[in-house]
Amino acid sequence: MSATKLSRHDAPERPVRRSLARQVLPYAMLSPAVLVTLAIVFLPMLQTAWMSLHEYVLFRPKDFDFIGLDNFRAVLGDEVFWISLRHTLIWIGVTVPAQLLLGLVTALLLNQRFPWRPLARALIIIPWALPSVVIALMWAWIYDSNYGVMNDFLLRLGIIQSSIPWLADPDTALGAIMLTLTWQGFPFFAVMILAGLQAIPKSYYEAASIDGASTWRQFRHITLPGISGVLVTAVLLRVIWVANSFDVIFVMTGGGPGYATYTLPLYAFIKARTNLDFGYGSALAVTFTILLMIIVVIYLRRTGKALR
Amino acid sequence: MALKRKSLRRRILTVDLPMLAILVFTLGPYLWMFLTSITPESQLFTEGPSMAGATLENYIRLFRTVGFADNLLDSFIVASGTVVVGLSLSVTAAYSFSRFSYRGRRVLMMQFLLINMFPLVLLILPLFVLMRILGLLDSHLALIIANSTIAIPFSVWMMTSYMNGIPRSLDEAAMTDGCTRLGAMLRIVLPLCLPGIIATGIYIFITAWNEYLYALTLGGRNVRTITVAVQTLIGEYEVQWGLLTAGGIVGAMPATVLFLLVQKRLISGLTQGAVKG
Repeated sequence: MSATKLSRHDAPERPVRRSLARQVLPYAMLSPAVLVTLAIVFLPMLQTAWMSLHEYVLFRPKDFDFIGLDNFRAVLGDEVFWISLRHTLIWIGVTVPAQLLLGLVTALLLNQRFPWRPLARALIIIPWALPSVVIALMWAWIYDSNYGVMNDFLLRLGIIQSSIPWLADPDTALGAIMLTLTWQGFPFFAVMILAGLQAIPKSYYEAASIDGASTWRQFRHITLPGISGVLVTAVLLRVIWVANSFDVIFVMTGGGPGYATYTLPLYAFIKARTNLDFGYGSALAVTFTILLMIIVVIYLRRTGKALR
Repeated sequence: MALKRKSLRRRILTVDLPMLAILVFTLGPYLWMFLTSITPESQLFTEGPSMAGATLENYIRLFRTVGFADNLLDSFIVASGTVVVGLSLSVTAAYSFSRFSYRGRRVLMMQFLLINMFPLVLLILPLFVLMRILGLLDSHLALIIANSTIAIPFSVWMMTSYMNGIPRSLDEAAMTDGCTRLGAMLRIVLPLCLPGIIATGIYIFITAWNEYLYALTLGGRNVRTITVAVQTLIGEYEVQWGLLTAGGIVGAMPATVLFLLVQKRLISGLTQGAVKG
């Protein structure tokens, strides 16, 4: 705004050259970042789409036959695809609400007044800063069937009667990894929600308690509406991120046992990495991206409104 | 007085204790990993991890026989390279977003936001093919380029939000005094948002340091970052949990320390920009 105002002020001095420079300058300043992202993000993405229309197996690099949508037809008829899709939905449907709930409770606690609050706030975020490989490693150690602390703990409490091989049993593997991811991701919710909570004016609560509103009613009618915007944004971001992340699964189980912990991006990655089938792997990646785009578009529309 | 004591007890029951429980859940696995790493291997499987007889033998083995120092160096080169690329490319872009209004600005901004939403697996396949053609596989440059796909959009957003916090009247004053646009940016805006730039840089460093899938796919024998090295340990020393957890602690240390140093500034930037998941 003020930039245009300024240009009008300066205009009489050297009209044509100045204003042209002024028009080009913003784009010129943008161009390095834009050009580089075009080259290393958008072109490769197009290449993935292009590869998905071909039969392309890396150990036969000479064969690059155009086969149209055959890969996608194969995807729809692929049982593992449907298994992975189901796991992806369970994965998102359990992990994100669990993170949200735990994050909300943590944020509400951190919003209270107690002496060691700054310390708690700094420490709570640690899981977020850890490499996913290290997270996978430490939870694999916790879940270890012979010496893991999880079995030890549950045995002592009498909740289970014998040791469970958490990551080797198809019935428990996905659940075990979802607990790990909940642990990794809830601090993000806590921090975002806390920021939302602190934006609610204290006077609202004061007025409500003068009017005799109970704590629960204050929460329902002041707190929840106050943080609803932050909640929606955080959930959308988290769904996208949780759906995309497969490094923890890859390190902990590699998708196994059997297909018990396959999710869509993991399946695409394994197809390309182990079978070197880049055509089919790309088709899986593209299919997954298209599904994910539904949520991404909702998120971008929200953020776009905020930018205006 | 009695009332005060009662309310203190209530606070401890409803705030301090639940908070403590959540913190135990949060830090427990990390502390457990640390405890395991300082327990002698012989004691680990008989008595379990404990402070008694704490030793550094696992760490010494990690550097003497496994050669973790090389991996640390690789990670350091890749992460620093990514910081340089990410910051230098995005400073001018962020300034442009923050200070000018022009056609296409919103679309371009959204484009940078969009990049971080794309599944990594969509990029990793073509980048592998590309690096193979260019002969860059197993080089630091390949990993720096790959990490920049995340770092550039992220830092454009973060820096735009930091620069938005600096009043435009300062630029205008500088330009009235004879500075050019670029001069105003370099002399006024950049120094003022230096803390923000440092926080962004540190954040990029942490993300690149922690990155695993690109490092696994595009790295190899020559360039093996710490995350890949830790994962390889899991394969090679399957049951030697003392050694494995020591590797985990070393791998996580730089990121954890850096994060604790800048977390305050970082979190405010993150919650405004809401870029990272």
